Amino acid sequence: MDLIRDGILKALHLLVTLDPEVLGITALSLQVSGIATLISLLIGISVGTAVALGSFRGKQVVVSLVNTGMGLPPVVVGLFVSIFLWRNGPLGFLGILYTPAAMILAQSIIATPIVMGITIGAMQNLPPALRLQILALGATRTQMVWRLVKEARLPLMAAVMAGFGGVISEIGASIMVGGNVRGHTRVLTTATVMETGRGNFDVAIALSLILLTITLLINYCLTLVQQRERPR
Amino acid sequence: MTPAPSLLELRDLKVDRGGARVLDVPSFHLRENEFVSIVGPNGSGKSSLLLSMMCLLERAGGSVLWRGSEVGTARDALALRRRIAMVLQDPLLFDASVEDNVASGLKIRGLPRAEMRKRVETYLERFNLGPLAQRSARKLSGGEARRVSLARALAVEPDVVFLDEPFTSLDPPTRQSITHDLEVTIRDTKTAAILVTHDASESLRLSDRIVVMEGGRIVQADAPAAVMSRPVNEFVVRWFGMEALLSGVVTESVDGRLRVSVGGVEIEARGTEPPGEEVYCCIGPENVSVHLQEPVGVRDGNVFPGKIVNMSSMGPFLKLILDCGFQLVSYVPLDLFARLELRDRREVVASFDAAAVRVLARSAEGRPHS
Repeated sequence: MDLIRDGILKALHLLVTLDPEVLGITALSLQVSGIATLISLLIGISVGTAVALGSFRGKQVVVSLVNTGMGLPPVVVGLFVSIFLWRNGPLGFLGILYTPAAMILAQSIIATPIVMGITIGAMQNLPPALRLQILALGATRTQMVWRLVKEARLPLMAAVMAGFGGVISEIGASIMVGGNVRGHTRVLTTATVMETGRGNFDVAIALSLILLTITLLINYCLTLVQQRERPR
Repeated sequence: MTPAPSLLELRDLKVDRGGARVLDVPSFHLRENEFVSIVGPNGSGKSSLLLSMMCLLERAGGSVLWRGSEVGTARDALALRRRIAMVLQDPLLFDASVEDNVASGLKIRGLPRAEMRKRVETYLERFNLGPLAQRSARKLSGGEARRVSLARALAVEPDVVFLDEPFTSLDPPTRQSITHDLEVTIRDTKTAAILVTHDASESLRLSDRIVVMEGGRIVQADAPAAVMSRPVNEFVVRWFGMEALLSGVVTESVDGRLRVSVGGVEIEARGTEPPGEEVYCCIGPENVSVHLQEPVGVRDGNVFPGKIVNMSSMGPFLKLILDCGFQLVSYVPLDLFARLELRDRREVVASFDAAAVRVLARSAEGRPHS
């Protein structure tokens, strides 16, 4: 019990004194996962909207694939991104393995299907006649799509949070493509694993508390969004 | 007098869905300031007709013309849609304030901010939405939401407004009040309108012309009085509440005069249907007179004794249902009702002119009106 008590006390001390290393790790985590989420939003919302609004052969297959992608194991993503970025791999010339860029790439691949899947669901849940109503108001196709995205903004916010929540807490891909290099690619999850292995429970607990706080905030926002009434 | 030029015209319009033809309209036109009602049973193609006119439905053939010019390109179609507004059965408001909803069509058109604000204020006022301007559209009652959808459509000041059953499921007072505001706005702004409705009295009161649809075709397009006096099929008869729809067989046909056997009773009518032909005889309630004794001077002998089996109030009239061996309906003014001392189960004599009997060949149902 002393171990836990001491750990928590030391963790709080690290947080209160704004330990530079802990802050650096947190900042990098937010940066990597934030950029990855932004990329996944750009791709996920645009492609998801196109899939939801389009009618084409094989649409069901595409939707099934996206839904499957929502549960992509991070280690599998990490493995394939590593292979692609390996010195002799197809994208080896980029030379970004074990850099934050590689982590952003891997996390984007994890988050994109999550955002895309939620986007498809959100757009398909809008009343079908809404499209006609917007076009009947004199909208161009682009204006119509933009209006629909605005109408689906609440579930799309959930997509943002689910995407971000998914990548900030994953470890498999980050450690495989980032390598947990101190001051370079070390993020909250990889650092927690390492510090636990070393028996530095105080640092591990401090990092976990930060991660927990971020996750809690995300879930709190998500709950607020979900609890908002949407009568039509 | 030359007729007003067509604002919107359809030529040889054909629409297919799932391999079946759902719309086949050789010709349709809407004139400036005209109010047209489209009536017909569910699935008769009323809404599809509206969507086709807005170029929102893929056509298998035919063309749409706006002020005489064919709407050919996507750009033409967009320009057309910006001159037409549509209100659907579901208000389909945006998740925004009432004010933003009313402004949405104007924003799409890129109206300058000052002009947009002025226009929104005008239309919030017209539809009594001023106090609700800042309220979220998600917190409106059904009637308020309909008002917002009408204000949103008319705020763009279209040349034509399409109203696809916009008053369905509203309680009568709300419906009346919204219809009144709409009517005033349409009249003031000289907007042409097409109303799809299931309410016969609404279509009669508001329309310059009534279009009857059945099976994806226009089976009748006429002034309300003409549709009522010459209903083209059973649907129209029932639609306008001409309950006296009698099924019979022509027993004699000489020089345009007919005798039709209805349940063993012979009715005189006008027409050219041959003997043996199965027909419907429609007799409008306004053409049936009620007397206490057999009247003199009734032509062609359509005089039948009977008795009152039901009475209901219709404002200045009473609607009487008479049993004369077959059912007749008559509208009797209140003063006449009092003078004749009519009451339920009272024995009376009903009469009507042979010319007032609309004979409808049963085999002709659903065919275009000649």
